[in-house]
Amino acid sequence: MGQTTLNIHPGAGSGGPTPPPHKDLYAKREQIYPKLAHGKFRLVKWVVMAVTLGVYYLLPWIRWERGEGIPNQAVLADFESEKFYFFFIEIWPQDIHFLAGLLILAALVLFLVTSLLGRVWCGYTCPQTVWTDLYIWVERAFEGDRAARMRLDKARWSFSKFLRKFGKHVVWLVIAFWTGGAFILYWHDAPTVAQGWFTGEAPLSAYWFAGLLTLTTYFLAGWMREQVCTYMCPWPRIQAALTDEHALNVTYRYDRGEPRGPKRKSESWDDRGDCIDCDQCVQVCPVGIDIRNGPQLECIHCALCVDACDQMMTKIGRPTGLIAYDTDVAVAARAAHQTPPKYRILRSRTVLYTLLIGAIGVLMVWGLATKATIEANVLKDRSPPFVQLSTSDIQNGYTLKLVNKLAEPRQMEISITGIEGLSYTVIGIEHEGAAPLELPVEPYGVDRYRILVSAPAGAPQRQLTISVRDVDTQETDTNRASFRGPNR
Amino acid sequence: MADEIKDIDDHSGIETTGHSWDGIKELNNPLPRWWLYVWYGTIIWAVVYMVFMPAIPALPGMGTNTTGLRNHSDRDLVAAAVADLKEARVEQSATLLEASLEEIETDRNLQQFALAMGESLFGDNCATCHGAGGRGAIGYPTLADDVWLWDGTLDGIEYTLRHGIRHDDDLDTRFSLMPSFGRDNLLSTDQIDDLTDYVLRVSGQPHDGAAADRVADLYQQQCASCHGANGQGDRTQGAPDLTDQEWLFGGSRDDIYNTIYNARNSHMPAWQDRLDDASIKALAVYVHTLGGGE
Ligand code: SF4
Ligand code: SF4
Repeated sequence: MGQTTLNIHPGAGSGGPTPPPHKDLYAKREQIYPKLAHGKFRLVKWVVMAVTLGVYYLLPWIRWERGEGIPNQAVLADFESEKFYFFFIEIWPQDIHFLAGLLILAALVLFLVTSLLGRVWCGYTCPQTVWTDLYIWVERAFEGDRAARMRLDKARWSFSKFLRKFGKHVVWLVIAFWTGGAFILYWHDAPTVAQGWFTGEAPLSAYWFAGLLTLTTYFLAGWMREQVCTYMCPWPRIQAALTDEHALNVTYRYDRGEPRGPKRKSESWDDRGDCIDCDQCVQVCPVGIDIRNGPQLECIHCALCVDACDQMMTKIGRPTGLIAYDTDVAVAARAAHQTPPKYRILRSRTVLYTLLIGAIGVLMVWGLATKATIEANVLKDRSPPFVQLSTSDIQNGYTLKLVNKLAEPRQMEISITGIEGLSYTVIGIEHEGAAPLELPVEPYGVDRYRILVSAPAGAPQRQLTISVRDVDTQETDTNRASFRGPNR
Repeated sequence: MADEIKDIDDHSGIETTGHSWDGIKELNNPLPRWWLYVWYGTIIWAVVYMVFMPAIPALPGMGTNTTGLRNHSDRDLVAAAVADLKEARVEQSATLLEASLEEIETDRNLQQFALAMGESLFGDNCATCHGAGGRGAIGYPTLADDVWLWDGTLDGIEYTLRHGIRHDDDLDTRFSLMPSFGRDNLLSTDQIDDLTDYVLRVSGQPHDGAAADRVADLYQQQCASCHGANGQGDRTQGAPDLTDQEWLFGGSRDDIYNTIYNARNSHMPAWQDRLDDASIKALAVYVHTLGGGE
C-alpha cells in the first residue's frame, strides 16, 4: 500500500496498535544562506539597488515651484486637498483617469519587459528583492558570508553571537524605520511632516503608516524573504502567461553542462559536460533552488547563479555562459545539435504590447497637454425634478460646480441656451432673463452656484446647454443638462 | 488516563474517543494546535474585555449594566463629539447670527456655510413632511416653487420657521381657520356642490357654468373675505390663491368638495423651541434658495 504524501491520517494503513506519530501539517522553512556572488549581474544589482533606494528616499525632498499657496513638493499625493502632484503634472479629482492610465501603462510596460526579458522586474527592481538584498548585505556585514553564518547559527549562544545578532536586528530596524518614514513623506509636505513626526505634531495616520511600513519592511525583508516571492506574490503565477519559449530567462544550458560531475585537472573534457557540480550556483541563490533542475516557480531571475558559474568557468578555463539569459527554443535547438534561432524581439505579443503602450502614451500626453484649466459640472436637482411657478412657467434647479485650476481668481461668463423663452437666476446674484452673466471664481479651487432655470410650460424642448467661458482667455467648457417638465 | 485501554481504529490506526453510535465510532483527531491557541486567546481576551468594558446587561432590579473599569459609553462619546462639533462651529455660527438674512445670502462665504448647514438641518427636521429638496406633498406645501401661502421673503420664511403654523403653544404663530362648511352644517351639500363648480371655474378648469352662477353671491358672502373677490387669495391671512394651478390638498372636483365640506387646516411646529437661532437662520436661507424665494 503506497502512502500519499498529503495523508491527513498519519499512520494510516499501519493497522497496528502503535500510537500515531506526531506530524506537523506543514514543512518547516529551510533557512537559506545565500553566498555573496561576484560578477556583472551582481554589480548591476548593486547599482539598481542604489538608484531605486535613492529615488525612494530622496524624491519627496525635491521641490517644484507651482505658485502662491500651492504645495511646492515635486511628488505629492495631497489627500487633504484631493490633488496629486508629479513634477509638472497635476491631477485633480476630475482627472483621475490619468492615474488609471498611468497604472495601465505601468502594467503594460511590465508585460512587455516580461515577454522580452522574463522576470527582470523580480530579479532587480521589485521592492521585495531590493530590500531583501539590502538586508542580506547587512546580515553579511554582521555575521559573515554563507559558511560563517551557518557556523554562527549552529554555535552555542555566546556574547559575540548575541552582539552580532543584536546588531543585525538593530540595523534592520533602523532601515525599516527609514523606509516607513520615507513613505509618509509622499503624502504630506516632507519637511513639515518629518519635523512634526518627532515633535508629536504629525497627523495620526503618519504615525500609523510609518509604524506599519516599519514592521512590514522588517518582517518581509528580514524574516520572510523568498517566502514572499514563492507563496504570497501572485506574479510568479501570472508571468507564466506572459512569457513564452522566446523570452529570455536565466537558464542552465543542459545541452552543454550535462553529463555533469566533479573533475580532476588531469581528466579530459571529452565525453562529459562543463558542469563540475561545484554547487556554487546553488549557494549564491537567494531563493535556495538549483537552477540546473530547469525553470522553477521560485526563481526570481536575479542571475546571481550566472555570476557564480561564470566565475567558476573562468577559473577552470572553460567558456562562460553555462548558466545565462537564454531562451527555451535556443537551448532545445542546441541540444538537438541545430543552430539556435536568433533571438526574436518582434513577436506578436511584444508588438501588441508596444502598440498599446504607444497608443495609451500618446493619448495621455495629448490629454495632459490639452488639459483644461476650467471645468464646469452641472448637477440637476433630482428632488423635485421640476416645479410649476405661479406664472405657470416650469422651473428646474441646478447646481453648477466651477473648477478653476489656476492660481489666480477669474471671471467666468455663464450663458444658458436651448429653450425658447427661458430665463434663469443665480442665487445670491442680481440677474434677470436669459442674458449672459459673469460669475467670480476663486483661485485654485471649486465654486458652487445654485441656478434656477424657468421656461414656459409648453416649450417643446428638454435640453439645456450651459457653458462657461473665461472672460480673459476665452477658454470655454460646455455642459448639457436635461430640463424636465410635466409629461404632456 | 494512563491505565485506560486505548481503542485504536483498525482501518485508520487512529485512537477513538470511545463514543460509539450504532457501531460507528468517533476518531480522535485533535485540533490543530495553532487553532487551539487562538481559541484560548479569545477566552482570555473575553475575560479582559469584561473587566474593562461594559459587558453584562442588567438583570431586573439590578439597575444598569456593568460599566467596566474603563467606564466606556458610546452614548457619552457621541454626546461629546456633538458638543465638540458645536464648539468648532461657534465662530461661524456667530457670524451667521450677526449678519442679516440678506447679507448671508449675498456674501459667498456665508451663503455657502448657511446652505451646507441648512441642507443638513432640512434633511433632519423638515424633509419628513416637505420632502427632499422641498418637493412637498398633499397637505405639505412645496417649498421649491414660488407659491407661498403666507410670505416667501427671507424674513417671512424665518418668521414661519420660528412660530410655526397653527402651533397652539405659540401666541405669534401664523393662524387662519377655514370653517368646515359641510360638517358644521353652515351650508347644504347642494350649495357645496355648486361652490365646487365655482372654484373650478375660478381656477380655469372644466365646470358646470349654471351651477357656478347660482352661488356667485354665496361665494362673495362666505369666501371672498379670505380668498378675495376674484379668488386671488390673501397672503396676510394665509388664504390660498384659487386661481393658480397649485393646490395644497388637491385640485380635482372631489378634492375641492372635500376641502369645502371639511376644511383642512394643517399644522407646522414652531421651531424656535427646538432649534437655535443660527440654525433657523441657515434654514431660512436654504428654503429661500430652494426655488421661489421672494
Ligand atoms: S536560480 Fe539563479 S536566477 Fe534564479 S533565483 Fe536563484 S540565483 Fe537567482
Ligand atoms: S556553478 Fe556552474 S559548474 Fe558549478 S554546479 Fe553550478 S552550473 Fe555547475
